[in-house]
This record gives sequence, structure tokens and C-alpha cells, in this order.
Amino acid sequence: MSKLTEVFPEEEYILKGNASCPGCGAALLLRYVLKALGPRSIFVIPACCTSVIAGPLPRTSFKVPVMHIAFAASAATASGISEMLELRGREDINVVVWAGDGGTVDIGLQALSGAAERGHNIIYICYDNEAYMNTGIQRSGSTPLWAWTTTTPSGNPRPKKNLPFIMQVHRIPYIATGSPAYPNDLMAKLRKAKKIKGFKYIHLHTPCPPGWRFDSAKSVEVARLAVLTGAWILYEIENGVFRLTGPSKRLLDKKRRKPVKEYLKLQGRFRHLTREQIEEIQRLIDEEWERIKSL
Amino acid sequence: MGDRSRYRYIAPVALPTPGALGKTGAWRVLKPVIDYNRCTKCLICWLYCPEGSITVEEGRPNIDYEYCKGCGVCANECPVKAIRMVREE
Amino acid sequence: MRNIKVLTGNWAAAYGAKLARIDFVSAYPITPQTSVIEKLAEFIDKGELKAKMVRVESEHSAMAAVIGAAAVGARAFTATSAQGLFYMYEMVWWAAGARLPIVMGIVTRALAPPWSIWTDHADFLALRDSGWILLFARNAQEILDTIIQAYRIAEDEEVMLPVAVGWDAFIASHTAEPVDVPEQEIVDEYLPRKKAFSHMLDVDNPFSLGNLAFPDSYMEYRWLIDRAMNAAHKAIVEADREFGELFGRSYGGLIEKYRCEDANVVIVMMGASSGDGMDAVDALRDRGYKIGLCRIRAVRPFPVKELREVARTVDAVLVLDRAVSFGIGGTLGSEVKAALYPLKEKPLVFDFIAGLGGRDVDARLIERLALRVYDVLDGKTEVEEVEWVDINPEVVKA
Repeated sequence: MSKLTEVFPEEEYILKGNASCPGCGAALLLRYVLKALGPRSIFVIPACCTSVIAGPLPRTSFKVPVMHIAFAASAATASGISEMLELRGREDINVVVWAGDGGTVDIGLQALSGAAERGHNIIYICYDNEAYMNTGIQRSGSTPLWAWTTTTPSGNPRPKKNLPFIMQVHRIPYIATGSPAYPNDLMAKLRKAKKIKGFKYIHLHTPCPPGWRFDSAKSVEVARLAVLTGAWILYEIENGVFRLTGPSKRLLDKKRRKPVKEYLKLQGRFRHLTREQIEEIQRLIDEEWERIKSL
Repeated sequence: MGDRSRYRYIAPVALPTPGALGKTGAWRVLKPVIDYNRCTKCLICWLYCPEGSITVEEGRPNIDYEYCKGCGVCANECPVKAIRMVREE
Repeated sequence: MRNIKVLTGNWAAAYGAKLARIDFVSAYPITPQTSVIEKLAEFIDKGELKAKMVRVESEHSAMAAVIGAAAVGARAFTATSAQGLFYMYEMVWWAAGARLPIVMGIVTRALAPPWSIWTDHADFLALRDSGWILLFARNAQEILDTIIQAYRIAEDEEVMLPVAVGWDAFIASHTAEPVDVPEQEIVDEYLPRKKAFSHMLDVDNPFSLGNLAFPDSYMEYRWLIDRAMNAAHKAIVEADREFGELFGRSYGGLIEKYRCEDANVVIVMMGASSGDGMDAVDALRDRGYKIGLCRIRAVRPFPVKELREVARTVDAVLVLDRAVSFGIGGTLGSEVKAALYPLKEKPLVFDFIAGLGGRDVDARLIERLALRVYDVLDGKTEVEEVEWVDINPEVVKA
């Protein structure tokens, strides 16, 4: 008899028959996020895949109130909502931003930084599918090194912007990363974030079958390999204290990390990589783990 | 609370509805089929379904074929390989 | 018991917002708006105003924060000028599309480049397609009064549109005048606490605001805004009239008419310089000219009916424009012509572009222009349909 339904409530707050692609990492993550944060949440969603996934008027797939808003504006809009709810003594309601990487790392960065610096009581969740997927797979500041996108057809020449660590210097009480391959880890983090007062930032790895070029059936597997190769690190930073979580705990030892090739080879966006490029990516990952050792 | 019935005729308001984009089951090329003899009712397929189109009925996973998009994640993740992806007729 | 304080236009705006019992203000500083938000910060700090102030990191975020707060029921306020307004421009349209009853103060300022902090109406008038109700105040008293009226209009259930109240940089914003500050109890009578409105976000009844709309449904939402804008006409008139009944002051609704009754020429203008316009009217009347002035108070909805009624009996309309729409003429002038075109018997319309970037528009200038119009009517001279006033001849020749 499965115990899963004890950890994960059965009720769905993102309804089936929505506009997400088959195998969409964002849709899967939304199921977890909504189960963790519950119906007493107001979501703020800027322009991103989810603006379309939600579905067209007069119907929506979200069973929580959603404020759709312009691309750059999500953190500021959430600031207004959370302050007003506080004024009315409604701190029982979660104010949640659900934004893509573009709306967080690039065009949304200013508002995010401002809201974090001001310390509003918001849970900001960035679901990172590592490109501007909604507009057709263009490169964002979160696109990993050498990935193919439509605007980097020979491969993205810059490494990914590290948003969680940018958020760290804003002195917010809670930062976490997550992956859809490890829902238990994610649920624990979301439930923890819900109980903390202040600005919480959660960065979720979001596999995208059409954007990363893999068979939709492998969506969770791709996310899993990202973690097991150390390309995506599961951690939380609580009041400035860094802590690895889930499978990432064991991976400080490089020998325990699978070679990044295992992760890259699943995805068509890395198909064109030369040996040197793969080595470079491996080196970047190893350097990041070295840096983590000192935290 | 103001006159709720009017809100659709004032602002762009959308109401929660399953099938917001219609019966997305029509998108399928491959269909997941559960072999309940092999199924251990671990519910990992339910957990990992991106669409939420698997529900739990009496402890068993149950696929809603009206909405299942045929992505294949359930079949890929099933620890006992109890789910086959078969061609849609 | 009259409470007279000496206030600048900006401080009057802050008092207006305070009396309106705003819940929420979010703004970013820009000259010449700064003293509005400084005053509000002072009120909140002293406990005189129970509101949340979010000191955002940009104007775009200011409007976004105000939209968020309004969507969960706040009576929300912001203020800006020129560059700031244009930075938040996409969000300004969002506020109208989401039908949120926000009030924004615009301290009208010229747009860069080159940098100018002085008054110009281009920023305010750039909102005319947005779905915002646009009201322009000419002095500190009217600024205070109109902000209170603005919430009444915005929150009208037939309206539910945001309202921008404009006033001139420095001439109005930083000029101190005696202002009758109404009593809170009477303002509360005029403007009750904000009611929950039907499309307010609510966890007990979840819905989404602002989803995707396919071509088969988008247009209806714009039509609904248009319907609300038409309803705003009545709301503006009534708000002003009832204000007059309670406070003893009103402004004529969408336009303020000055000595128009038997006029054969009417000056149409907007803003603080209307006072100079009225001085010009008095001076010309003393010389026997039958001239009047129509001050535009509402730009949206545009006072079409009111202007046609005035225009019906005049020979010429002289528009003073502190804004230009390059390639067609003065911004206000183009609107006046559009409003009057369907009349079978139309007056001549002379559109004078003057006062951009804060250049002075005084009574003498207005008199001079009016006399030229009278000369045209007497067949003594010709004036271009659209004329830029007093451009440096060296520049014109070069």
C-alpha cells in the first residue's frame, strides 16, 4: 500500500487538459508546488510558458487565484499583494510567484532584486527550463554553456547565471533548489518555506522535451541525471547556512558523481558538442563543487 | 463581496475548468496501458504524471484517457515495467 | 469649520490621497513628483495615514505593485512624471485592461532628450488610448479635490477604470497657495470605504485575471472598457456635482467654462495656464471682444458633447497646446477638431503649439494670439491651421 498519498495530497490544483506539452517539467512541478502550498495561495505568473499552459479565456487550469502579469513585473506585483494582505491581517495566504527563467534571471531580475532586498513575505519560485521556451527556445541568461537554442545555433557561449547565489547576498531567510525527479526533497523544502516569514527563493530545474530535444518519456530521467552527474545541485541556504540535500549530499566526492556526459547525451540540444566542450562543461561542474566545499 | 456574477463582463476573468484546452487525450500517438498483474500499486506513475491524468482509485492507479497526452513518463518511471506504451488505434 | 493650509500642488495631492484613506502607495522618485511621495511617507510615518508604502526600485515596479495591491482590494495610489510614466507605460495599460480602480498623479513634465524637468503635457496625453480616465487640475485646491473625486469615479461599479490626475510641473506642483483642506468626516461621507469588487482575487473563490484570449474573444474586453469609459462621463459629472454640494466647490464636470455665454471666439486649453487664459479673457472683454475660455478638465472621456455645445455658437476656437503629435498637429487641437468635425456648422479651429518644455504661456501671449484670430475673422490676416508659437527665428532659418 503506497504511502505516497500521505506525503502528497491527492487533490490537484493544476487541472488536467491544460496546454502544457506532453512530458512538460513545469506542469509536473506545478502539481507538487500546488500540493505543498495548498489552496490558500495567490499566484503571480508573468509572461512564460505557464501563461499559456493555464489555458485560454474563459477557462483556466489553475484552482487557485492567479494574477497574470507582464514579463518584468512579477516580483513587484507580488510585493503589492503581500503588503496589502498583511495590512488586512491575511498572512494565512501564501503569495507565490511562479516565473520562468527569462522572467527571473533576465527581464525580471530588477524587480526580483528589489523585492528581495525589501524583504516582502513572498515565495518566489523560478521554474528554469533554461531558455525562452514560450517564445520558441531562444537563449536566456540561464541557458547552460554550449546548449543549442534558436539564437545560439552553434551553442551558447556563456555559462549559466547562478541565481540562487545572487539571491544569497540579498540576505533572505531561505533559498533552495529543486528537481522534479526528487519530489520528496522538493515537498519538504516547499513546506519549510511556507512556514518562514520573509522572502523565499526557490529555483527548480525544469526539463523541457521540445526545448532540450529529448523524448518526452524521459522528462524525469533527464532531471534525475542532472542531479546524479552534479550538473544540478540540490541544496538549501537557511539563514545563510548552506546545506546539500537529497542525493546531492553524497556527491561532494567527485568519484560518486556520474560523468556529465551521461546527462548531456540524453539531450539533442547538446548533440553537437565536441570532446573539448564536454570537458569544459565537466570542468565547470567540478569547479562549482569545489566552491561548495568551502561553504 | 460585490456582485460576483458580473465579473466575467468586466475584467478578463477565467474560471478553473478541467480540459481548459479541450480533451487533450486527442493529442496522443502512443497510449500507456497498465498491466495490473504486474502493478505493485506503488503510485510512482501517479506521482510523476505531468498532466495529473492518473488518479488513485482504491489504491490503484487509474489513467484518464480523455486527458492523457501519451508522454510516456509513467511507463519510463514504473519500477516494475508494468506500463506499456502502445500505438493508438 | 474651514481648515486653510498653505500647500504646494504636490502637498495638496498628498493630502487628497490621505483624505481618500488610501491603503497602499508605491512610487519611485522623479522630479517634480518627489514631494508628493515624501509627504505621504511623512503621513504614514507619523501614523496619520494607515497605509503600506512600497519604495520600489523602478516606476515599472511601482505600477506593478499598485496593480497587485489593487487586485486584492487596496485603494491604491501612485504618482510619476514623463520618463517615469513612460518606463511604466506597459503596466499602465495593464491596469486599465485589468479594470483596477487605481488613481495616479501625473506631474506633467517634458520628455527627454534633451533633459527637461519643466511642464509639458506630452506625458499626460500619451495615456489617451490606454483606457485610463484622464482629469487635469489647474491649481492646488483642484488637485486635492480631484484626487478625492477620482476614487469616487474609479470605484463606481459602472466604471471600474483607473484615473490619472494631471497637474503642471512647478507652476502647479511647487507653487504654494492657500488650500481649503476638507474635514475627514465629510470626505468619508463622500467617499465610503472601498467595497470588495467582483473581480478581486479571493482564495475562497479562485479565478484567474488576465489569461490568454484568442482573437474571437479579445475584442469584447476592449469594448467593455469603452462602455465603462462612456459611463465615466456621467460619473465625472455627478462626482463633481456632489462634491460641490458637500464641500461648496465644483469645477464644471468635464470642462470649466469661463465667460462663454455670448462669446464668438473661445479659447480651449488645459492646466495651470488656464488662469492666465482667464486673465486674457478679462482683458479682451474690457476691450469689447466677446471672448470666452473653455478649460479642458477631462481628456478622457473627451468632452465631445460639451465642446460641440460651446462650438455651435462661436466663429472660432483657439486651442493652446502644450503637446504636439508630430505629423498632424497639436495633440489637444487634433482631438478638438475630431470632436467638432461632425457638426454641420463648424467654427474655425486654430491650433497653437506653445509652452513645450515649460516655456511660459502668459496672459499677454494668449491675448496676442486671440487678437490674431480676431484679425482672421475680420479678413485682415491669415493664420496657419497649426502654428508653433515664437520659435527662435535663427533656428527656423537655419
